[in-house]
Amino acid sequence: MEGDIAQMGAYLGAGLTAFGMGGAAIGVGNVVGNFLAGALRNPSAAGGQTATMFIGVAFAEALGIFSFLVALLLMFAV
Amino acid sequence: MATEATGAEHADAAGLAFHPMDQFIVKPLFGDGPVGLFTVTNVTLWMALAVVAIFALLVLGTSSKATVPGRSQSIAELAYGFIRKMVEDVAGKDALPFFPYIMTLFMFIVFSNFLGLLPMAFTPTSHIAVTAPLALLVFLTVTVVGFVKNGGAFLGLFWVSSAPLALRPVLALIEVISYFVRPVSHSIRLAGNMMAGHAVIKVFAAFAPMITISVGIGILVTPLSILAITAMYALEILVAFIQAYVFTILTCVYLKDALHPAH
Repeated sequence: MEGDIAQMGAYLGAGLTAFGMGGAAIGVGNVVGNFLAGALRNPSAAGGQTATMFIGVAFAEALGIFSFLVALLLMFAV
Repeated sequence: MATEATGAEHADAAGLAFHPMDQFIVKPLFGDGPVGLFTVTNVTLWMALAVVAIFALLVLGTSSKATVPGRSQSIAELAYGFIRKMVEDVAGKDALPFFPYIMTLFMFIVFSNFLGLLPMAFTPTSHIAVTAPLALLVFLTVTVVGFVKNGGAFLGLFWVSSAPLALRPVLALIEVISYFVRPVSHSIRLAGNMMAGHAVIKVFAAFAPMITISVGIGILVTPLSILAITAMYALEILVAFIQAYVFTILTCVYLKDALHPAH
């Protein structure tokens, strides 16, 4: 037995931030799924909107990345 | 990101051949001294290789200026046209003076990502210390350009004039926070994606030699992990390009905000 209860809490919290990954997965899946649904209805308009899709994906992904940031802070900065 | 101490200790504890984070250790290229401000490290080497590769493609590859382009000239022209069209479509025609900067960003990131996929290579873009300056430079450029081009009107970016008056102060607060969070998400997105993918490949790579100690059904571990490495590697090739694309297109989006701040 080594370490203390605060460190245990920090590591547990760092592990729990993996749930943020699930949130980002749902968000990115939503963006791309809806893009695909729209693209199959009107394929001629899809080409011009791929850039918009990637911007949406990037913004949805950013929130998942913040959970990674929280994990890093808990492991190395707290 | 991983320090030498954690890498070595964890490798012993988990019984793996190597720690998945060992590949991100920054170490001097010559000798074993400490890493100072001007030490030539493996990061320096792979960033320099990326620059050399870009020079070879864009300068040497297009030196013949053939009317019917060869292979390297086609790739160079394709990359040029791709980024130029992106800047025009996303940020508008008046953002074209910034095209050389955005092209430089894209080429550097895409070449660092792809060179990092070579076996035994090092990925400079997997370090926040490399991506943060890139993102901060974009942030500073956008802020300065916004104030120079629009003056005080640039602050209209935070004042959502289409919203009800009572909501505007709240929205302004949210807009200010999201503006200053941009360089954080911009840099960590790239570094996190590159780091995570490479770490996953290394985790499976650590399982691959287990055929020597496994018995019974356990001998399936090696072929399965080799299969997983192959699949992850294919995905990483895609991610390497997509992340460079996303970094570049977000730069264009931010630049559009600076040139046309009206909401």
